[in-house]
Amino acid sequence: MKFAVIVFPGSNGDIDMFHAIKDELGEEVEYVPHTADSLAGFDGILLPGGFSYGDYLRTGAIARFSNVMGEVVKAANEGVPVLGVCNGFQILLEAGLLPGAMRRNRELAFICKPTQLVVENNKTMFTSGYEIGETITIPIAHGEGNYYCDEETMKLLKQNNQIVFTYDGENPNGSLEGIAGIMNENGNVLGMMPHPERAVDQLLGSADGLKLFQSIVRNWRENHVVNA
Amino acid sequence: MYKVKVYITLRESVLDPQGTAVKSSLHSMSYDTVSDVRIGKYMELTIEKNNQDIDALVKEMCERLLANIVIEDYRYEIEEVVAL
Repeated sequence: MKFAVIVFPGSNGDIDMFHAIKDELGEEVEYVPHTADSLAGFDGILLPGGFSYGDYLRTGAIARFSNVMGEVVKAANEGVPVLGVCNGFQILLEAGLLPGAMRRNRELAFICKPTQLVVENNKTMFTSGYEIGETITIPIAHGEGNYYCDEETMKLLKQNNQIVFTYDGENPNGSLEGIAGIMNENGNVLGMMPHPERAVDQLLGSADGLKLFQSIVRNWRENHVVNA
Repeated sequence: MYKVKVYITLRESVLDPQGTAVKSSLHSMSYDTVSDVRIGKYMELTIEKNNQDIDALVKEMCERLLANIVIEDYRYEIEEVVAL
């Protein structure tokens, strides 16, 4: 399986993402600049964390109009797995690939620490390697992770099991319903504030994030074999 | 030439964490009559005049980029000025 790590001006989680895929997962991965015209040949798309375009105007607001994003939207609509982490999640929200928006953290501070997440839905291509209700340790590092959507959208998120991760215990940023990660209705686009790519080895404090990437690959292979 | 002033604030239904913090600070300074603070953004755009509908143009820019209409409201004032 071949992954693309999209690099925007101001991305800073791209190298961690690349490392997780290449060295820990053992799959193919390439950096793709924000100027790229095509994502042909890639089986999975990763939008890394960081401060794309300096977080000017709103987080993700400017990155969402960068050249490569047209291709990301196209691939997402074709069912290609798309994972947005942190700023990547914010970009997916601004692009309308996921519903809702981010507000400043409730306490207005940038928070950088390990968090406990509950796997709310394991019937997804991203989380099938986890148990339902399992608690995993994944670090967060953000100033705007205070997820918001209107009541109607929240109803749909729950109805369609689109809430994938929630914070266990204390809600670090004030996000509605303690949401840490959601996916689209089709189940091929996941956005999450915590960084699974920074939890892929015990040396980093946790290896719980690796299962997320392993799940993507396993599900992709199963489909690939069925279709072959 | 147009001078356009755009004001963007969080929607009334959306809790504004910055506004809440500033309100608490004002209260601690004994400005007890302050019942709400909403923090927003102010932008000034200078736009060349041509045959396009300036109102529709500004509205479109607000909806597509300047504001995130999921959580923000916007309003604007358009003033026609003579180019220097």
